[in-house]
Order: sequence, then structure tokens, then C-alpha cells
Amino acid sequence: MQWEAVIGLEVHTQLTTRSKIFSGAATAYGAEPNTQACAVDLGLPGVLPVLNADVVRMATMLGLAIDARVARRSVFARKNYFYPDLPKGYQISQYELPIVAHGHLDISVDGDSKRIGITRAHLEEDAGKSLHEDFSSCSGIDLNRAGTPLLEIVSEPDLRSAKEAVAYLKKLHQLVVYLGICDGNMQEGSFRCDANVSVRPRGQAEFGTRAEIKNVNSFRFVERAIDYEIERQIELLEGGGRVVQETRLYDPDRDETRSMRGKEEANDYRYFPDPDLLPVLVSDEFVDGVRATLPELPAVKLARFRADFGLAEYDAETLTAERGTADYFEAVVAAFGGEAKLCANWVMGELAAALNRAGLDIAASPVSAAQLAGLLRRIHDKTISGKIAKDVFAAMWDGEGEADAIIAARGLVQVTDSAAIEALIDEVLAANGKQVEQYRGGQEKLLGFFVGQVMKVSKGKANPQQVNDLLLAKLKG
Amino acid sequence: MHTKTLAELARGLAAGEFSSRELTAACLARIDAHDGVLNSFISVSAERALAQADAADARRRAGAAGPLTGLPLAHKDIFCTRGVKTSCGSKMLDNFVAPYDAAVVERCDAAGLVMLGKTNMDEFAMGSSNESSYYGPVKNPWDLAAVPGGSSGGSAAAVAARLVPVATGTDTGGSIRQPAAMCGITGIKPTYGRVSRYGMIAYASSLDQGGVLAHSAEDCALLLGVMAGFDVRDSTCAEAPVPDYTATLNDSLAGLRIGLPREYFGAGLDADVARAVEAAIDEYRRLGAEVVELSLPNAELAIPAYYVIAPSEASSNLARYDGVRFGHRCAEPRDLLDLYTRSRAEGFGTEVQRRILVGTYALSAGYYDAYYLKAQQIRRLIRDEFLQAFTQCDLIAGPTAPSVAFDLGEKADDPVALYLADIYTVAVNLAGLPALSLPCGFKGQRPIGLQLIGPAFAEGRLLNAAHAYQQVSDWHRRMPQAFA
Repeated sequence: MQWEAVIGLEVHTQLTTRSKIFSGAATAYGAEPNTQACAVDLGLPGVLPVLNADVVRMATMLGLAIDARVARRSVFARKNYFYPDLPKGYQISQYELPIVAHGHLDISVDGDSKRIGITRAHLEEDAGKSLHEDFSSCSGIDLNRAGTPLLEIVSEPDLRSAKEAVAYLKKLHQLVVYLGICDGNMQEGSFRCDANVSVRPRGQAEFGTRAEIKNVNSFRFVERAIDYEIERQIELLEGGGRVVQETRLYDPDRDETRSMRGKEEANDYRYFPDPDLLPVLVSDEFVDGVRATLPELPAVKLARFRADFGLAEYDAETLTAERGTADYFEAVVAAFGGEAKLCANWVMGELAAALNRAGLDIAASPVSAAQLAGLLRRIHDKTISGKIAKDVFAAMWDGEGEADAIIAARGLVQVTDSAAIEALIDEVLAANGKQVEQYRGGQEKLLGFFVGQVMKVSKGKANPQQVNDLLLAKLKG
Repeated sequence: MHTKTLAELARGLAAGEFSSRELTAACLARIDAHDGVLNSFISVSAERALAQADAADARRRAGAAGPLTGLPLAHKDIFCTRGVKTSCGSKMLDNFVAPYDAAVVERCDAAGLVMLGKTNMDEFAMGSSNESSYYGPVKNPWDLAAVPGGSSGGSAAAVAARLVPVATGTDTGGSIRQPAAMCGITGIKPTYGRVSRYGMIAYASSLDQGGVLAHSAEDCALLLGVMAGFDVRDSTCAEAPVPDYTATLNDSLAGLRIGLPREYFGAGLDADVARAVEAAIDEYRRLGAEVVELSLPNAELAIPAYYVIAPSEASSNLARYDGVRFGHRCAEPRDLLDLYTRSRAEGFGTEVQRRILVGTYALSAGYYDAYYLKAQQIRRLIRDEFLQAFTQCDLIAGPTAPSVAFDLGEKADDPVALYLADIYTVAVNLAGLPALSLPCGFKGQRPIGLQLIGPAFAEGRLLNAAHAYQQVSDWHRRMPQAFA
């Protein structure tokens, strides 16, 4: 039988506010346990939540970016359940009336593009953390994370493969980072994903029973977890079994999903509107104001890079993958005044490699966009060769100054004087009589050897094209 | 000094007839002498009070005293006080000392008021007789065999017995007005949102409101002026400006339209209570008010709606008392579930457990629409009905409670009978309106209360009407024999 997978993703994005969603405590990651939890976060008697207005702005940004409806009125509810890291005994979360609904995101897999529906995005507070290690037979509770603002983004079950799921996830990740509403750090849990996976015979309209895979914290693991789960369900069904609706946990060490708890043990969360908070009212003026602050979105930027700079799809995609890279690239082109393809090659090549080696973000690049443009100008006007340019770049990286200064100080200006180059060629040919004879005897591939020798004696400064042309003339002559 | 109202004591302090320290010491001495019988206080913070009194006297000498600087008060033990235990009448919080002050406490402190201690109350404000307190029942100063009403029974009894001139309270379904009526004093529940709920331990968040229990409308006006006002820490707190409630106390009542809802004078109302209320309304006619008969046909739905909404919110509000971070924790829990169930079973009394169960049930999947949602619909009906009524009248008057204070233990085994005694008060909370109870007579030794209900933010009008009545009556000046 032909099987088809049906996948929907729930993504928790931690918003980049400085303080928590309902209190003034800081949200910075990695502080000593329980040092960033105030009376509100601890759920002490009598304290009350006050909504951080910044989260409404951020949710509105996402809503506009995915072409969704931004609710003019949304409501916070209480989701009631007992857990030691849930201080109030309920989580404040939007339930019936979320702030964002009916959006979509376009993905492309193997050249085919597809529109993925986004059912809703709602605001909620995060819980604390239970720490089960380092406490002999006890659990520790760290409430630093309690009250951290989350925007939960729920997709329609429109995804049909792990590949599509990852493409969607990457697109969404790119978008929230572009918008500046999430730092996208998956290790620290700023961008977490739950996947609902089911399979059905191809052609069947109804969905199969789904399992929910919790908290998969890298793109690679999402792909592997979903693939594993699809395989597991198909095997189960083909073996005459049935899939039970349950929550499963992905174990990256063993590359498998394991049952965590069945839905039959599911809580009745007794949702009701939180009487401590007023409905969130959003005006048209507010939405228009937020729209005016939206950055250029990745898809628009990509199209513009292709059209304005004449870049290939791959180059445009690479350069727009991160907003910082795109901004840097545009700054190089602007400083240079054109030659986008040359600029693109250097940003994606030499610069990207150096940043990667040093583990640096492009925003922290030791070579500024203007500096790089200065170097590229000298390649373009043939002052230096591409090979020498790499040395100059390395010197710039090490802080030796502008390209022109380095070229001058090191005497790296390319030799384009034909007479001078001919003198070098004569010198090389004289010293390699045997190879000259062999060449003239028909071994024309020796040309490369002569070019190399000439470049060597010129210390790399001779114009390679001229060396080539003049050599040919001399050898043939 | 104990026979004086807050306003009179303020004039005495201002005139230098006595110091805040002398006044505070006198109150502490009365608490010492009488509270063994009454049990109206859970904590008496004498040292803190005397230090505050000294600071108030210094402030007065420096010429920086406000109108209430140096005057003593007591806070219901539902308001968090930094450094002084806040128990909420529960074993669950018997060990709880808040690291912050409630907004109400902050405002009273800033005005220079001197806190004598924290008053007894029904556990988590759930009760109408003050019998559900972990710290034992409070006695009614007028008749020690009677309940003082609840849940602000400690505050009402302490004021009625002249242990303290004024006290704060909270009112979720009548918890200020009903004990005020039963103890023969004046109590005001302001409009929902008028007083910040920050630091006031939640029972039912959409209904809870802090207010005042005092001897007179004038005293209520003085303290409410200090307590009311916007607080950014409470999202449901109103931004409306706070008028000077004392400035309008003496306005004329000529032309004031007082509405009498037929439903408030029907079956179940004690005949003596009815007579006293009608006599008070006659007095209002003499003061120039015009009496309008009207109908609130959904009034009887208020009790069932209230006893769904309040427990629902309570079941969630009280989930934080789980033995994990603060409050009572059972000894040697076997596992997490045992920690939860035993801590809560030991820490909460019967009435609190009953309401948590009712609320949990009402919010459960499959019941939510039939109970919680339906109750919210009734709530809207009741609010609309009041809005409609206030197009025909300026104030609504009626009895505060269907009878005078009942005997201690009389309804202890019959929770529904106890709930039904809230018939005239709960609708006001559902509608978020301000209301006041003032004394208007006695049945035997036990006082009778008249309730006045106003439109939202009409506290000034309520206090004006109550003050006018108190200028031509002396019920509010009478004192229980045993505490005279």
C-alpha cells in the first residue's frame, strides 16, 4: 500500500522582550536558578499579572508577516493543571480567541513551492524548569523561565513529509529572526517544535490517528524524528496494529521516539478567561503603525536580489537566509557601486569561510562591508589578482588596515607591463630548456607549468592573463 | 477616646488633644482587654503600631501630617503586609509572611495611618458568618451568642466593639456589607476596579473588591479617599479620578430618586427587618428624596450565578497553594501526588474544599457551557437590569440581609441556607457596582442594616445619602453594652 504522511507543527517561539510577559523580571538566559523570578513569577498570594505591551506588538508583526488576521480583540485564559514548575497552578495562555489566525507561509522543496496554512498564533507564558539531576532523590525547581513570553505558532496539517516539515520550520525560523521577535536559538530553547504526525493510505481523505512528538530542538532531529515516526506508524499499521493517540518523546541518542503519556491520561485543563487580565484590544492605527515598522521579508528580499542584482536563485537564497548577511552584502554592493556577482562571491566565499572558522556572526566581522568593497575594487581594476586578494583579505582580517594600504605596504600591485613580464618569461624559458623542447614536441599541457613558474618568480604579482598570452606567443614563436 | 468616630479622632489629633501614640496605646489596651472574648484579631502588631504612631507624631510636629496621619486602623488578614503574617484565615497560610505590602496597605501607610493588626475572617473570605476561620469564630459584640457576619467579620466586630475606629475589608458577595449590617456599623464596597486588588489575596478575582468598615459614612469617605485610585499593578483597576468623597457628604437629597425593587421585599425577608428598612426609607422621604418602585426580575438568579462563578475562579486562584513553594506542606510526602493532596487536604478547611470542588466541577469539560457560561450570561442580564433600573432612579435601597445575625453554629451544617442569606448582596458584585450598608435599627439586641446601591463610581452619592440619614438618626452612634 502507498502511504502518505500528514504533519502539523506547533512551534513555541520565545519572544525577545527584556522583561517577562506578565511581570517586570528579566528574561535573560542562563542566570543562577531562581534569581530572575519575582513575586508574580513565583505565584505568591495576592500578586497580579500585568501584560507586557511589547508582546502584542511582536505577535502583530508575525501576524502581518504571514498575511494572517490580527484579532482586534483577543483573550487570555487560564489553563489549569498542577505541576511543581507551574507556580500558580495554571498557565496563562490565549485559548478561544488568539491574537493571530489564518495565516500562511510558502515553502519550496526540490524546486516545488507549496503554501502551508498557519491556523493560529497565540501568546502565553512559559513554565519554569524541573531539574532532576544533581539533587539526590529530589527534584529542583528553577523558576527563571516562568513567565517568559512565548508565541505558539500552530500550522495546519498541510505538511506531507519530514523534508517539508523542515523546510517550513526553517522558513518560520528565518522569518521570526528577520522580524527580530525571536533570537532563534534552538539550543537554549528559544525556538521549540512539537510535531503531530499521522499516516493514511494515499488517496484517503480522513486523517489517521496522530502521535505528538514533543520538544525536538534541532532541524536535523525534527527530520529524523518525523521520519522515524512515519516509519513506525506504517510498520505498525502494515503489521495489523493501530496507532494510539499519544505524546511521544524523541531520543536523539537512540534515534527513536518513545511513548511519554497517552491521551487517556490527558488533563482536563478547565480553561476559562483569566479574570485578572482585560481582553487585549488592538486598534487599526496600532496595526498600521506596526506594519510601518516591518522589515523587508525574506521572500521579498530574495526576489529583489534576483531582479536587482541579477543573482542566481542559489546565491540569492544564500545571501538572504539571514538578515545580517543580506544587509552586509547590500552594504558591500553599495560601497562598491555595483559588481554584485563579485561581491556575492566574496561574501559567500572568503568572508563566510573566515567567519565560520572564527565562529563569528557577520555582525561581528572584523572586515567591514566598506573594507571588503575597497578590496574588491582593486580586483576589479586589476591592481591585484584574485590570488593576491586572498592574502590582502587575510591581512585586513588581522587588522592591518585598508586594502590599498596593505597592497602599497607589501608591494603587491600587479605587474601588467608587457616588457617586464616578457623578461620574466625569458628568464623562465632559459632555465627550463628541456621542458621547452618537450612543449614544442607536442606536450602542450606543459603550458601550466610555465605559467606557474612565471607567477612564482613574479611573486604572484604578474597579471596571469598576460602571462598566459605572452607565454603562448613565445613558445609558439 | 474609643467612643469617637474617625473624623472626631482626626480633629482631636489635629488640635493636639492627644497624640497618635496615646491613641494607639489606648486602642491596643482595648484589644488586650476585650479581644479575648471577641476573637476579632488574628495578629496584633503592637510594636509596629507604636513605631508607626511615633512616626506619625513626628510627621505632625514637622507640619507634614495629612488628614488621617496618626489614626489607627486594622487590616483584614487578606491584605498582604510585609513582615506581619498574612493568613487569610487559613491554616494553609498560617506560616506565610509576604515580602510585599498590598496596594491598600501601602496607601494607608503613606497617609500615616497606624496599623494595629490583622483581623479575623472566614477562610479565604469564603463564608457569611466568620465560622470558617482556622483561627476560630468571631463573636458579635452586640450579642456574644450571635455571629458577626462574614467574611470580614473580624473587621466588623473590632469596629463595632470600638477596639479600632476603622478597618479595611473585602467584599466578593457581601463580605463587607453583611457583617457591617450584623454588627451595626457602616460599610462600603466600592465599584469593581475602584480600589487596587494588588496584594489582596484572591478569592474570586472578577468579584473581589476592597472597602471600608467604619462607624459612619463620613469615616468611610475619609478612608476610601485614601484607598481608592489607579494602580498599574492591577490590570482591572480603574483609571477614573478619585473625587473628594467628604466634599459632597452634606449635599441636599432633595429630588434624589431612590428605587425600591419589589423583589427585595418579598418572601424570606424578616418582618422586623422589613419594618426597620421601610422606616428608614420614610426618613429619606422626609429628607426630600423621591421613592420609585421598580423591579429587578432576575434578582433571584444572582445566588446560583454567584455560586458558580465565585467557586470557579476560586478553584483556579487557590491552585497555587500546593505545598511546593510556601504555605502548609504535609509531613514526609511519599510522592508528588501525596504532597499535593495531603498538603491541600490538611491546609484547607471544609468550606474552602467544598467551593474548590464545586468550581472544579463547573469548569470541567462537558459542564463548562451548562454552568460557567450560563452563569456569565446571567451575570450580564443582572448587570443590564441594574443599568436599566438606574435610568429610573439614582440609588437603589433595600435590606442588606434578610434577617439579623443568627446564632453561632445555627447554620454551620447547612451551607445552602448560609448561601441564601447573601440574596441581597451578591447581585451587586456580579454587576460590579458600589453599595453601602448602614445601621437602621435593631431586632432585640441585634442590629439591622439598610443597603444602598449606586451606579458605577457613584460612591460619593452613596456616602452623601448615608451621611444625610446619619445626621437625623443615631443608630450608628449606639454602642454594644459589653464594650461601652
